[in-house]
Amino acid sequence: MQERSLLEMRGIYKSFPGVKALRNVDFTLRAGEIHALMGENGAGKSTLIKVLTGVHIKDEGNIFLKGHDGPVQIHSPQDAQNLGISTVYQEISLCPNLSVAENIYLGRGEGNFVSWKEMNRKAEKLLDSLGIAVGPTAQLASCSIAVQQMIAIARAVDMDCSVLILDEPTSSLDESEVARLFDLMRQLRERGTGIIFVTHFLDQVYEVCDRITVLRDGTLVGEYEIEKLPRVQLVSKMLGKELDDMADIKNDIPVFTDRKDTPVYEAKGLCSTEGIKPFDFTIRKGEVNGFTGLLGSGRSECVRAIFGADKVTSGKVKMDGKDVDITKPIDAMKNGIAYLPEDRKRDGIVGDLSVRDNIILALQVIKGFFKPFTRAQANKFADEYIKLLDIKTASVNTPIKSLSGGNQQKVILGRWLLTHPKYLILDEPTRGIDVGTKVDIQKLVLKLASEGMSVTFISSETDEMLRTCSRLLVMRDRKLVGELTGDELTQNTIMNTIAGGERNDG
Amino acid sequence: MTAEKRKEGSFLSGLLRNQIFIPIAALLLLAVFNLLADPSFFEVRLGYNNAGSPVLSGYLITIIDCGTELAILAIGMTLVTAASKGQDISVGAAIAISGSVLLRILCGTESRPESLHAPIIVAFLISCLVAMAFGAFNGVLVAFFRIQPMVATLILFTAGRSIAAWINNNELPIVTDETFAWFGNYIPGIPIPTPVFIGIAFFILTWALLKFTNLGLYVQSVGINEQTSRLNGLNPEIIKLGTYVLLGLCVAVAGFIKVSRLSTINYSVVAKDIEMDAILAVALGGNSLSGGKFNMKTSVLGAYVIQFLTTTLYKFNVKSDALSAYKAVVVILLVVLSAPVVREKISELFRKLTASGKADAKA
Repeated sequence: MQERSLLEMRGIYKSFPGVKALRNVDFTLRAGEIHALMGENGAGKSTLIKVLTGVHIKDEGNIFLKGHDGPVQIHSPQDAQNLGISTVYQEISLCPNLSVAENIYLGRGEGNFVSWKEMNRKAEKLLDSLGIAVGPTAQLASCSIAVQQMIAIARAVDMDCSVLILDEPTSSLDESEVARLFDLMRQLRERGTGIIFVTHFLDQVYEVCDRITVLRDGTLVGEYEIEKLPRVQLVSKMLGKELDDMADIKNDIPVFTDRKDTPVYEAKGLCSTEGIKPFDFTIRKGEVNGFTGLLGSGRSECVRAIFGADKVTSGKVKMDGKDVDITKPIDAMKNGIAYLPEDRKRDGIVGDLSVRDNIILALQVIKGFFKPFTRAQANKFADEYIKLLDIKTASVNTPIKSLSGGNQQKVILGRWLLTHPKYLILDEPTRGIDVGTKVDIQKLVLKLASEGMSVTFISSETDEMLRTCSRLLVMRDRKLVGELTGDELTQNTIMNTIAGGERNDG
Repeated sequence: MTAEKRKEGSFLSGLLRNQIFIPIAALLLLAVFNLLADPSFFEVRLGYNNAGSPVLSGYLITIIDCGTELAILAIGMTLVTAASKGQDISVGAAIAISGSVLLRILCGTESRPESLHAPIIVAFLISCLVAMAFGAFNGVLVAFFRIQPMVATLILFTAGRSIAAWINNNELPIVTDETFAWFGNYIPGIPIPTPVFIGIAFFILTWALLKFTNLGLYVQSVGINEQTSRLNGLNPEIIKLGTYVLLGLCVAVAGFIKVSRLSTINYSVVAKDIEMDAILAVALGGNSLSGGKFNMKTSVLGAYVIQFLTTTLYKFNVKSDALSAYKAVVVILLVVLSAPVVREKISELFRKLTASGKADAKA
């Protein structure tokens, strides 16, 4: 082992039935560094992390840890924890109904006796030292996702971890929360903790990381110091090809606001039970527009109201000029509206069902209870969209939950495209997805629009929306506060409108 | 050669992971046990009953005859489990109710009528409606009031047999009409018990229902992810309610056979503890009791395995009081064996064995 290394993984192999997930992968983590692990979906990031944390057992290879002679054996998450390797997952794995302090000390029973007072005092001290502003007795569920994540980190830190793995910790945080998380990460770096940071956000990598390891198709591409790897280089290494087409995308999007034809969808004073102010909304054939605003500004609630996903309380809706009544999802679906929800795991996938059943689900429901597709028809549909969207799956019978996040998202997208909607709503379709797939999805949106489909596109990444949308509706505090088109579509005007500052109309 | 062997190995370990493995293995185990203990268990004889018509008899016949009610209930229980992530524990009591309704309509208020007060088919259909209404009651509690299935159905479990008794003023009417007894016994001239035919007809209906409607897809989808199902245009409440109503139908058919077997009813004993056997059949079929994906074939097979077990125990003169205790032992074994953890271990052990076998062959 090298002098500064905390952790070295050498020649790791891991295969699953039909897939070689890792082939001869090396990974080195040094003390006091934040190390980004990058790669497309299915590149092997998650598998490598799971091997390290004992969720999967490696087929071959060695893992060395500082302070241990010879390779260490990690057979279970408990082993990993005992060796000082802690993980904070994308989905928080704490207990929402327990207090903050209980969550920090849960399951680490030193003796059977618990002094609540002592525990709370220790928790408070720990939280203070990490600058996490929350009381130890607060119920976890009452904290924001960001704070919960930090509590998970605090728990890991308190267990004397030397290796901290953060798996997509920022995907559900807004900017200020991300900033706080980064402060905490830097603080831990000062203490000498080695942090492995898995994320899809390139900006964030360049903001906090010291080093990057890139994986592709289960093999190691290389390890780089951050200064020596410009962004474009990183992306091309992840994709395995020069990325020249990312810049090409869009820029000759037609403007629709002047057109006088009947809108595909038109709502007046639409309002749902989720606390948004009544809003007006129109979309024309072939138009791509988007809702923007901070997390919690009500952009998702707006599209959910359009789809009837939440209970609609008021408003008039016209489609192609005719009055329609949309109070539940099936109404919207029958009128040719499709909705890809924000939370893929909770609202999108049917985990145990096959890729095939997940793809045909929506169309099948529209078709009706007494008219099931034959197995052959269903397979044909599934194969068609697996090919069209380049979904990586062993077969149509594979349960969707065993696919990587990006591929799950493509399955859901395929499900809705199969219904041939007139109007497609995509709420954060690119969240938690690698760069290559992101570009694919953006291109697909523009292609669909050019074929006459109307699309509403929501994304936390403004540049993504600028690249695809011809009109942006800006939300603030659950209220529609502005509409930007043409020359107004710049980062600056968007920021200003979101922030509520003066807007430069000239 | 080696390739062949590997294929064989993967076939066997694939079989181990297959859902049908446990019920089949249990069935084989019971069969072998009986074969060793007393091969006459498998004898089937053709004889004549009191009325002089030919009947087949033997333990195997008993199993496929008496297993019918359980298998029919297992079908409904599978659907309820998959959609609502819980079980209906009131099916035994519901059988008492539907049986009681059946008798009330056939006999009117007389305890031993000379002739039937209504055609059998009418009485049967009405008992179906009543059983489905009680199913709907359970379903509404579960789907709309979001009460845990076991708790919701505890109400009917507790009250059901009293309601059944009340329907007939606590009397035990006897049907003297011979045709009524055909359904639970033998039709003159046909040596196979009628319940077997009813069972087969019911299985075909179920198969058709799953094949020609989207029941399977909808139920599994709702059981796995209710939110997603709703956003894909399904109505999870209605689907859950539907499964309870279907279970109600299963209850009515099972109740009809039960009452027909004796031409009368005993409210406190009829179909006693059958709910536990039905739930067990679902579990034995490798279906998760916490809902989601299901396999109907293995549930049905599971039901017959349980009947096989019951019959075996009866044959060895286990008293009906002690039956449960013996059953429990076997059940523990079966359930532990079918737990994914154990199966994973077994198939691992299996892999190791074949691997070392190969190494030996090489050396």
